[in-house]
Amino acid sequence: MASFKSTKIPIYPKLGEKVTPDTLYWKNYKAPVQIKEFGAVTSIDFSSLAPHNYAVTASTRIHIYGPFSTEPVKTFTRFKDTAYSGKFRSDGQLLVAGCEDSVVRLFDVSGKVALRVFKGHTKGVHVTDFTSDCYHILTGSDDYTCRLWDIPNSTELTSYKEHTDYIRCGTTSKLNRDIFITGSYDHTLRVFDARVEKSVMTMDHSQPVESVLLYPSEGLLVSAGGRYVKVWDLLKGGQPLVSLKNHHKTVTCLSLSSNGQRLLSASLDRHVKIYNTTNYKVVHNFDYAASILSLALAPDDESIVVGMTNGVLSIKHRKSPEEKREMVGKQRMQPVYRIFVKGRNYVPKKDDFLVSKPVKSHLAKYDKQLKKFNISKALDTALESWRRNRKPEITVAVMKELDRRGTLKNALAGRDEQNLSQLLNFLIGNVVDPRFTPVLVTATEMILDIYQAVVGQSSVVDRQLVRLQELVEREVDYQQDLLEVLGMLDTLFATSLPRKEVPCPGSSRPNGLAEGSLGAPGPQLQAA
Amino acid sequence: MVVHAEIRMVHRGGSKINFREPVITHDSRFLLCAAGESVNVYSTSTEEYVHDLQGHTDLVTGVVLNPSNHLQVYSCSADGTVRLWDFTDAILIKTFIIGYPIYSIYVSEKHGGVVFLVVPMANYKSSELFQLVAVHLPHSGDQEVEARELSAVLCDVSHHPGAASFGREGEYIAAVKGLQLEVFFFKKQKSYRFSLKSGMKKGAKNAFTCVSCHPKEDCIATGHEDGKIRMWRNFNQKKEYTYSTLHWHHGAVNTLCFTPEGTNLLSGGIESVLVHWHYTQENQKDFLPRLGAAITHIAVSPDGSLFCTSHSDNKITIIQSCVKVSAVIQGLVKGDGVWTNLIIDPRSKALVLNGKPGHLQFYSLHHDKQLYNLDIVQQEYIHEEGLDQFEVVKAAFDARGDWLATVEERRKKGAELEINLKLWAYDELTQSFVLNTTVTAPHEDRITAMFFSPSPETTMLVTTSLDGHFKAWLLADHSDANEGFWACDFVGGYHLLKPGCCSFSADGSLLSVGFQEVVTVWSPASWELLTTLSQPPGAIRDLCFGRLSCSKYLLGASTKNQLCCWNLLTCSLEWSTPMDVSLLQTDPLSENIAAFCSQSGSSDLFVFKPSEPRPLYSQKALCTGKVQHAVFAPRDQMLESCEERTQWLNRSQLYFLTQHMDLLTFSTKTEEDRLLASSKQLMVDDSVAVTPFYLLLGKHRGQQLEKQEALTNPMAERTQLPQGSIAIKELLHTPAHVLPSASFLCAMFVRSLLISSSSAREEKEHEEGEMEREKEEEDSEGEADPRLGESATWGHPEEFGAPALTKAQERELRKVRTFDHSWLSSLLDC
Repeated sequence: MASFKSTKIPIYPKLGEKVTPDTLYWKNYKAPVQIKEFGAVTSIDFSSLAPHNYAVTASTRIHIYGPFSTEPVKTFTRFKDTAYSGKFRSDGQLLVAGCEDSVVRLFDVSGKVALRVFKGHTKGVHVTDFTSDCYHILTGSDDYTCRLWDIPNSTELTSYKEHTDYIRCGTTSKLNRDIFITGSYDHTLRVFDARVEKSVMTMDHSQPVESVLLYPSEGLLVSAGGRYVKVWDLLKGGQPLVSLKNHHKTVTCLSLSSNGQRLLSASLDRHVKIYNTTNYKVVHNFDYAASILSLALAPDDESIVVGMTNGVLSIKHRKSPEEKREMVGKQRMQPVYRIFVKGRNYVPKKDDFLVSKPVKSHLAKYDKQLKKFNISKALDTALESWRRNRKPEITVAVMKELDRRGTLKNALAGRDEQNLSQLLNFLIGNVVDPRFTPVLVTATEMILDIYQAVVGQSSVVDRQLVRLQELVEREVDYQQDLLEVLGMLDTLFATSLPRKEVPCPGSSRPNGLAEGSLGAPGPQLQAA
Repeated sequence: MVVHAEIRMVHRGGSKINFREPVITHDSRFLLCAAGESVNVYSTSTEEYVHDLQGHTDLVTGVVLNPSNHLQVYSCSADGTVRLWDFTDAILIKTFIIGYPIYSIYVSEKHGGVVFLVVPMANYKSSELFQLVAVHLPHSGDQEVEARELSAVLCDVSHHPGAASFGREGEYIAAVKGLQLEVFFFKKQKSYRFSLKSGMKKGAKNAFTCVSCHPKEDCIATGHEDGKIRMWRNFNQKKEYTYSTLHWHHGAVNTLCFTPEGTNLLSGGIESVLVHWHYTQENQKDFLPRLGAAITHIAVSPDGSLFCTSHSDNKITIIQSCVKVSAVIQGLVKGDGVWTNLIIDPRSKALVLNGKPGHLQFYSLHHDKQLYNLDIVQQEYIHEEGLDQFEVVKAAFDARGDWLATVEERRKKGAELEINLKLWAYDELTQSFVLNTTVTAPHEDRITAMFFSPSPETTMLVTTSLDGHFKAWLLADHSDANEGFWACDFVGGYHLLKPGCCSFSADGSLLSVGFQEVVTVWSPASWELLTTLSQPPGAIRDLCFGRLSCSKYLLGASTKNQLCCWNLLTCSLEWSTPMDVSLLQTDPLSENIAAFCSQSGSSDLFVFKPSEPRPLYSQKALCTGKVQHAVFAPRDQMLESCEERTQWLNRSQLYFLTQHMDLLTFSTKTEEDRLLASSKQLMVDDSVAVTPFYLLLGKHRGQQLEKQEALTNPMAERTQLPQGSIAIKELLHTPAHVLPSASFLCAMFVRSLLISSSSAREEKEHEEGEMEREKEEEDSEGEADPRLGESATWGHPEEFGAPALTKAQERELRKVRTFDHSWLSSLLDC
């Protein structure tokens, strides 16, 4: 004697991204804190000193924020024009910034007035950085030159004029005080050695270079420009390693996660992509509201700071482990664990006689009704609001089961206005869902058959019927458009596929036409 | 049915056991039921087949217990005989020749020596009119007796066995037909007829379906087509009869039965629920639901403790005291049709085909027994007529039996076709198939063929469908933690033609798909179209590759009476012959191919090798109608026949299903001889039901006996079993409350059974000595043990010559001696 077989609820494959350790890691951030700046945020730099303040360059100011403050702890406003590239020295005591008025200023983090002013460039300075020995400053400017300055004497040491367009990015080596790299809108990346008169290495990015980044080991160099992110092997003389094209607008900024395993790239297309640095596959993706100009990660990935063209600075902090645990604790159900396991873990003694209790199979509420052939009640149960809204597949499965039993019409009939409008609401919400269409179209037809006599008696139902009609008409139009597109694609595929003659020995025999047609694998859309 | 001198066509398995009402014997130990041309005897407790009563030459149509001797049983058959059997020993006692085909049999205790039979009316032999006749069975010593004195009791009765029943103490017999109930009183020799109106109003269908009489009171229960049960009373007058109506069934009442005491009425119908009405409180009823299939017959054991119900899916269920199903006897299910081909499960070598609705049945051909049912559809089956149900239409196993693919479909009237493709993985732990992947709507139209690739490296499934595509399905690699699932790998088509069949070559390197008139050959590795072959006119109906030495051939059967054979090396037609082939089947163990042709209403069989011009075997007019399903089943033991005509049956056996759903096979003479011999060997004590456990134990015992016999001479003394020893006898016969605790005795007893590796004789003596010593010690005070010295000779030689000992010392010594020192002696032996 078999037991009642419960209604099968089909499991639909979950669309969207899969859960990987990376998604878990990168999703573990709190909701972003947003701060409005005066203009587009062009640069963000974290101090390497303990509280890890960060300098945000926007418009004519540089703000310094503390790790958890939403108000700036310090502001530098002594710029005549737009400031660029505010950078901390590695000891966190000094800050250097370029400016559109071609002057480079050096500040003491605790002071207000510039300690040094470096004049010499003829156009705006977009790139500034300290060398690893902390005594020199690298600058790159729109006058195509890059220069090295001495901090104590505030004099220019060297000037290189090799680029043929604006220099918009550059970085110094952290291991060697003489080596630095610049990228320019002339599509090239150049590696300079301060001890040599000329550049020691040139790489062609073939797009205006927006950002460069050195790996901590300084064997690899990453450059971003146009839609491409390229990785170069410096030890092999600047050989290109990979070229990544994952953004659909210009990539503006690059960053490495603290352990160096993930590379982040931000772009004007409002996305931040995270790559695995072993295989250079995208492992995660952030969306932002506006085009991104700058991006920085706090040490240990404690927070992600992103600056956008509309002047909004977005800061995401990592969830602390305590908070995470608290969340889990709240989700736990109220009944005490002890009550659930009462007697369950009792181990029978040697001489105990075991009476096995038959396992009581639990049936869902609608299944209980179906078992008793209470079809209308089963449908009512399946149409309960939470089930209908949150698990429409259950409602549809029960409808399908009723249809299989040939009793769907009876179950749908005899409903009052409120019930019927509920049902119609459900249909309007789900009838165009391709997973449910085959079942719900039958149900819709039945409802129209049953209730056509009462059309016009209730304004609510009439309005819903009109909505349903509009919906179906719109869907039919969509499907038609899609079929047209499909037809076009088929023609394109047919022309692009190479024609291959099938060997056909014995020409005396008529062998028909010889090439096979390859259909596109995948679900075919059907017209409703 | 003998057609050829050596090769015979035989019915194999799966006779209908639900054809007539089963009978439970008086002691409730056996269940007898008509099964084809014999009566099968089953054990009610173990549901095992015990033996069968063979002798009838046509369908057995009824089995009843002899009311005067409860160890005998009458059976009647369409061959015109009634036979009396001793069912415990399967001995035919007597044969009564009636001369007319018999449709059912009734007996009553009151009418000793008389059986009531339903036979066709004598004067209208061909018509569908039947009469109930009484036959006095003559007493004579002969084995075969002619009993041709028929006296008609009722004319124009139904041939259905449930349509007549004996009333209280055999005083009257009630029979129903159409809208009429007729009651015949034996005392008055008079019959009353009661008619019902055809009553079409409110959907009532008043036609009678069955009848049952109360054993103790004057009450007749009748079942009707609209599901009503009427209880007739006061019917011994023509006018003043009354009836009351019970209604629960929504379909026709198939069968009714009163319990022997008349306290309950059982009824069953298509709902497959056994309804249990209380006779005194008629509105009270119990149910036993979900018995699996429509109930066709109900029988109750004479003591009322066991019920058994026959079901339309060839099953008999034994129910204990109305609440618990205690046993299920399941035959080969023959549903409305077989849509899957006959398939052999590579693991269990069982035949697999459609079983119960929505199930696949695994049927052991060697044991003629259903192994299990696999629920494919996994939906509650609604027992109602006129519903469109899901049916399993295709099934396929991969080469090793690790995967099973099934296709189920449901076609609604005027609505879309629903198709599911399911893939099942074999689970070693539970020894059955577990659902792995469900693909809803794998194709947009019906699936015409489905096969697994036979290559051992890749498990690939190919389905062809009327939507003009064929799809290849592959097991996606399981890089994730959970196991893999199946996904579509390739979709192919050929000029929007509809593929009708497909076939893999033996090594899985080629796939041929028949697109109407064109055969396309593909390489599954690269999905390149290698070549196309065609031989118009006529669409390709069936395709198969040759095997082994003939693997270069591809055979195709087309609808326009053509069997073609292409050579794949030259891509040209090798030969073709005009034949209307309905089915091609390759033998997986040889090059042979069987082709079933339909010709003028009957089927012919040809067995041939593609490379040879002459068929190995041909058989004209095999059976009427088309053969749609056939399979080669590998034998578990190879035959060694050298004759040319029978050689093709050496490695495997050909089974096929006719249009009438008979499972037939071919057998050779040598095989039958062997079967006969083995059946003699298996004769067992039939007082015990033959269970596999019994056979195992019996075999084990037999081996033990043999072994003992073989070792008679050296072990002469040992033939006496431990039970024989007096000490043990005494131990066993002493009341338990005076004995020491069992745990104390156990170690001793087990030690007494141990066989030491030293010579048997000494061991024996030692044991006996020990036993006696034990007893002596229990009795306390020790007189000198007469064997003491004897046993000491090997145990402690230094003890010899010891001076007189004190009592305490002696006791000490004895204690030492009671220890088993056989290990020491074995050491000495080495």
